[in-house]
Amino acid sequence: MTNDQLKEKITAIEPEAVFSENKQYLTLSIPKEKLFAFAEKLKGSEALKFDFLFNITGVDRQKSLEVVYHLDSSVYRHVLVVKTETTDRENPRIDSVCSIWHTAEFHEREVFELFGIKFNNHPDLRRLLLEDDHVGYPFRKDYVDDNIVQR
Amino acid sequence: MTELINVTEPDKLTDQPEDQDKLTEQLEEQEYIINMGPQHPSTHGVLRLVLSLKGEIVKNIQPHCGYIHRGIEKMCERLTYQQIIHLTDRLDYLSAHHNNEAVCLCVEKALEVEVPERVKYIRTIIDELGRLASHQLWWCSFGMDLGALTAFFYGLRDREKILDIFEETTGSRLLQSYNCPGGLMNDIHPNFQKRVKEFITYFRKKLPEYDELLTGNVILMERTKGVGFLSLEDAISYGVTGPSGRASGFACDVRKHHPYSAYDKAEFKEILYTTGDTFHRYKARIDEMWESMKILEQLIDNIPEGDYSAKMKPVLRLPEGEYYQRVESCRGEFGVYIISDGNKTPYRIKFRSPNFSNLSALNIIARNFKIADLIAIGGSLDLVIPDIDR
Amino acid sequence: MKFDEFRDNDSLELFKKPGGNILLTTIDDIIDWGRSNSIWPLTFATSCCGIEMMATGASRHDFARFGIEVYRASPRQADVIVVAGTIVRKMAPVLKRLYDQMSEPKYVIAMGACAVSGGPFYYNSYSVVRGVEEVIPVDVYIPGCPPRPEALLYGVMQLQRKIKLETMSDPRTADTQRPKKEIDPETDFNNYQFGIR
Ligand code: SF4
Repeated sequence: MTNDQLKEKITAIEPEAVFSENKQYLTLSIPKEKLFAFAEKLKGSEALKFDFLFNITGVDRQKSLEVVYHLDSSVYRHVLVVKTETTDRENPRIDSVCSIWHTAEFHEREVFELFGIKFNNHPDLRRLLLEDDHVGYPFRKDYVDDNIVQR
Repeated sequence: MTELINVTEPDKLTDQPEDQDKLTEQLEEQEYIINMGPQHPSTHGVLRLVLSLKGEIVKNIQPHCGYIHRGIEKMCERLTYQQIIHLTDRLDYLSAHHNNEAVCLCVEKALEVEVPERVKYIRTIIDELGRLASHQLWWCSFGMDLGALTAFFYGLRDREKILDIFEETTGSRLLQSYNCPGGLMNDIHPNFQKRVKEFITYFRKKLPEYDELLTGNVILMERTKGVGFLSLEDAISYGVTGPSGRASGFACDVRKHHPYSAYDKAEFKEILYTTGDTFHRYKARIDEMWESMKILEQLIDNIPEGDYSAKMKPVLRLPEGEYYQRVESCRGEFGVYIISDGNKTPYRIKFRSPNFSNLSALNIIARNFKIADLIAIGGSLDLVIPDIDR
Repeated sequence: MKFDEFRDNDSLELFKKPGGNILLTTIDDIIDWGRSNSIWPLTFATSCCGIEMMATGASRHDFARFGIEVYRASPRQADVIVVAGTIVRKMAPVLKRLYDQMSEPKYVIAMGACAVSGGPFYYNSYSVVRGVEEVIPVDVYIPGCPPRPEALLYGVMQLQRKIKLETMSDPRTADTQRPKKEIDPETDFNNYQFGIR
């Protein structure tokens, strides 16, 4: 399926999706309140069947915090990139997609730890990589640590 | 969380047999927690698993990672693209070349550089040699996990032959850093083709030996057949890729479905099994070695003449935007996601590591099996810990 | 031995004090010979260098020729800990504990750039310990990223030479102690034990 056909189908199920320019994969952003319902439709719909979530990335956009989901379909082999963001840097919250794609459990724990984004309804949101008493979220752009030797 | 062990009145229990039986009984009824790792020879590194057991049965596994978390992604935000390549080697050191290649392909895609045909062929060949070396090492350590020390010596004997080829051409045995954006660091050694062909003839004779030594072995069969099932739905949902995923029937070979470099020029089969138990994960890797040799044979004689690198600017600035590249590393799908803001360093770079997703499935695979089977299952997933932690 | 007095590897034997009781020195020699040729390493590999350590133990390079025979999985049975790989802050207390669990006499080989100084992760990393000497004392440093198996063999041979210098009266003749850094609570290794940074 080409990106244009894919775009049509997705607009049909979610008119609020905002598409952005990307030469490679079809990219769209969605408000964070709509994310869970949209994700459910992406996996459930017979024509789309995005059943393989292969990457979740946290991005610090300075003004906002963004989470990027890379989706693949094991049947049709088309790829979709879904983005969602929150402007709240103090207490950012985004819905978890764990119950749809189980792989999200670990990826979200990683994003939680490195960016401090909390995922609602996550079954087990704990630290994964850093020490238990680590202060701060190291992957944020404003993170400071005396231990770093800058170059 | 499972309940912690709480033996009623332990002080009153003595060494007497009836008291000891009572203790055993109580222990068997309750779940208890033991800690495995981070320094444990069969976790292949510094993975820590917290297991809740009931008797000998594993009820729940909680992986604790991060004992080798080096923050590579954050470091990359201050490095140029040429420098990043050397750090990607250190993620999954057994598929160093695949990781390099992913970054290079991603940068080339962003800059819209067309690399010479020769580069594509050489990259593919080195990829497959690396895959062979990695699977050999996996075979050694899997054998060792199950107590077959002979496997260790046989596998590493053949691996040294590949490392010799690497050393001659790339200059390094393990972490080659042979790629650079636009092509390769150097041309291949004049002996390269000859030695690869020699190696294939040699290894075609030796690979059946692996089967004779280990595959038909009664102990291996007993410990792997029917142990540690992963269903197709779970494999997809947990994102288990690579040979481990394909053993469950998940057609996830990036080389086939999203071809890169010269993989579209070679004929090969995607190894698929359906059972998804430990034995088939083992079998998938052995079969992949045969396929790798097939790819090598097809490409090695057809390396086109030409440059070993495209003309590149010394300072690379990727145009603003987002780029993603997937490659098939030895353990599954490796991905590089670069967000560029037009500077010479990436704004954010993310490595999708195959082991990270594969590890997340360990809990459902090993649950309700014996703790001894956990070793076999962990070995069959072929985890490389620095790649999980990054 | 003072840290500054150490010139190169060849000068190692000069540090043995001459003289001594004829009986004791003979016994010393025998014990040292036995000890230096049966060093048991701990299987401790955190990352890439560990693979080269495995290769050293395997068919072609064959560690066992030098008496580094059996890899032990338990620190209580090991004589030498080959730190092969990066040590990060979360791992440092574990390494310290492993070292403490080993019985005396114990030796440490720092294998690879990471264990020597932090190596490729020296700059910009927020979690890497810059050299394992911040956590435990080191006997032999092996540079390289990763060091070739031959380099590891050479390092092991240097350790054997060091062991051969030991006498009963002066157990660690060849100890090159680095000049002690001023104790800084931020980096002092004791603090790693409790997870305080
Ligand atoms: S020194 Fe190099 S090869 Fe060794 S652990 Fe560090 S990065 Fe890996």
